[in-house]
Amino acid sequence: MAQASGNSAGKSGFGKYAVHIAVILIVLLWSLPTIGILVTSLRDKNQIVTSGWWSSFSSSTQTGQARLAGGDKSVEKDGKFVIEGNIFDPAGSGSIDAFGIKSDAPGEFPAGTVASSGPGETIQINADGSYAQISDTAFSGSRGQRVFYQAVTPPRFTTENYRTVLFSEGIGRSFLNSLTVTIPATIIPIMIAAFAAYALAWMRFPGRALLIAVVIGLLVVPLQMTLIPLLEMYNGIGNLFGVPSKTYLGIWLAHTGFGLPFAIYLLRSYMAGLPRELMESARIDGASDFEIFMKIVLPLSFPVLASFAIFQFLWVWNDLLVAMVFLGSGSDQLVLTGKLNALLGSRGGDWEILTTSAFVTIIVPLIVFFSLQRYFVRGLLAGSVKGG
Amino acid sequence: MVIIVGVGGCVAYFWLANKAVDIVFPARGVSGSTAVENLRRQGLIRPWLFIGPALLILTFYLIYPVVATVITSFQDKNGEGFVGFANYQWAFSDPQFRNSIFNNLLWLLVVPAACTFFGLVIAVLTDKIWWGTIAKSLIFLPLAISFVGASVIWKFIYEYRGEGQVQIGLLNAIVQWFGGAPQVWISMPFWNNFFLMIILIWIQTGFAMVILSSALRGIPEETLEAATIDGATPFQQFWKIMIPQIWGTIMVVWTTITILVLKVFDIVLTMTNGQWNSQVLANLMFDWMFRGGGDFGKGAAIAVIIMLAVLPIMIWNIRQARKEGGL
Repeated sequence: MAQASGNSAGKSGFGKYAVHIAVILIVLLWSLPTIGILVTSLRDKNQIVTSGWWSSFSSSTQTGQARLAGGDKSVEKDGKFVIEGNIFDPAGSGSIDAFGIKSDAPGEFPAGTVASSGPGETIQINADGSYAQISDTAFSGSRGQRVFYQAVTPPRFTTENYRTVLFSEGIGRSFLNSLTVTIPATIIPIMIAAFAAYALAWMRFPGRALLIAVVIGLLVVPLQMTLIPLLEMYNGIGNLFGVPSKTYLGIWLAHTGFGLPFAIYLLRSYMAGLPRELMESARIDGASDFEIFMKIVLPLSFPVLASFAIFQFLWVWNDLLVAMVFLGSGSDQLVLTGKLNALLGSRGGDWEILTTSAFVTIIVPLIVFFSLQRYFVRGLLAGSVKGG
Repeated sequence: MVIIVGVGGCVAYFWLANKAVDIVFPARGVSGSTAVENLRRQGLIRPWLFIGPALLILTFYLIYPVVATVITSFQDKNGEGFVGFANYQWAFSDPQFRNSIFNNLLWLLVVPAACTFFGLVIAVLTDKIWWGTIAKSLIFLPLAISFVGASVIWKFIYEYRGEGQVQIGLLNAIVQWFGGAPQVWISMPFWNNFFLMIILIWIQTGFAMVILSSALRGIPEETLEAATIDGATPFQQFWKIMIPQIWGTIMVVWTTITILVLKVFDIVLTMTNGQWNSQVLANLMFDWMFRGGGDFGKGAAIAVIIMLAVLPIMIWNIRQARKEGGL
């Protein structure tokens, strides 16, 4: 294949370059959205709203206005009245290119010049933001003079947004909730499905063929079909025993139920392909089914178990629907996807919060994905019939 | 802590149940005939111990709910009195439902076709270059991202600022750079559907690419070589040799994405929540389940309609998988 395609593509040097360029463009197109939120989540929150993330590596020029300190802050020096201070808070967070006194000419004077701002009065603003307003007569009133400036802000990257969302926006708590949902909701179905798959593949009992057909039939059930009765059932159980109807146990079992048909289907077809001689010789040696399963079948099935585990993990971690139905919306039960959805409603325009939260929610799947891609692809190839 | 209890309980069941069988019907240390008899009994019981939990969960979480949903769809708001086909009649005369059906059809037309097309093109292109694996990884990556996460990512791209202001959304920045006027993309009726679809296409193209790429690798080299010798151009090779040989896989990819599209929910909920005529069935159903105290009858009717739409495709898909030796 490699050779054959080498021939067809290698016919002309031009065609070869065209392929490279096309792929580079496609990869860029596909990666840019993710890069966008990664870069944005690391930017200073004031810069996010004043320039696009693609220009975040160059300094941005922005026009601003500030008010100098009021007349009551003035000190008398050599017979003149002087007000001093710094426009930037904290000092040094920007650099002034030019300033002006009137709003229609914000860049009238280059930084550092002494500009006349009225009879017997001057204003000087330096590049670092420090200013001096000097007047021959005493200042009156506590309202300071308004000035305009053009500032060059150097690109500023910070992890401050991450600190904010993790500790004060509740994303950290949701992260733990997501783990609490995802880990058991991945392990429990694997165990239950592995035993069932072994029984369906290697044990003889009446009704086996029917059960296999049922499992395959259940692959087709859309999640939406189950929600209303399950919700009613949970509420009923909750009322009957006086326990909350939205619990972690409830969602583990729900995810287990939704994942089981696919898990059994996947594991059974793999286990059925293991060599028969292995089981038979073990049985002759006096091993029970339980021992055969634990000592022979389970270790041999590792690849397919890993495939399913990754699949289920990503599915549960990324799920929003099941979590919204079976878990409450309090901070002790809100998972990351639910939290992100809530933030989209309540912090709609606060991109520093949204992009950072989004990146926190996708970082775990991305790590799982990159470290275990081989198993993930295998599961995908086997699982293209999953109904979920 | 909770995690340990949950997982531990499950381990304990399987281990204890097996211990119990061994103790009640011992096969070792008893006389020959009893041992044989006990082994037989073990053989009768043990399959059900293994399969029991799975069966129980499947019954409670899938079989019972499906039956119950069908029944509920013929009942009123609170799931008490029977109302016949009233919920279905309501559905087909409800403008929001009609809008959802229309949008769902639009999604069905565009998304599977676009994903399969891009997936195939990328699979063919990346096969020819040495860094193709890296390229594929990067295109595949969105598949690991949740729909909600993807919605935030794309909402940021579609972000709108008034004309003349600095655009921080990529799309509007590009539009403005070319001299156009910035738009509020997700609230333009009809067209907003396409902006939501792009999100799903972005996610699912990687899926199509991986499956199709592995199918392309399965094409025997000789057929391509023979075609080259016979003077076929790359385009002829692609259309007349590669496509026919992976046609089955293309259909599986197409139908898998079709099923996914019918159930798309998260993207619409987080991007528009069905406003500006962008409603789809799955989100409409969720709406009726909870909004205003909920109307389980109507919600269930919509669920049944989704199920009916998915069913034939799914059955066809499984048949296909069985034919190819999956089972």
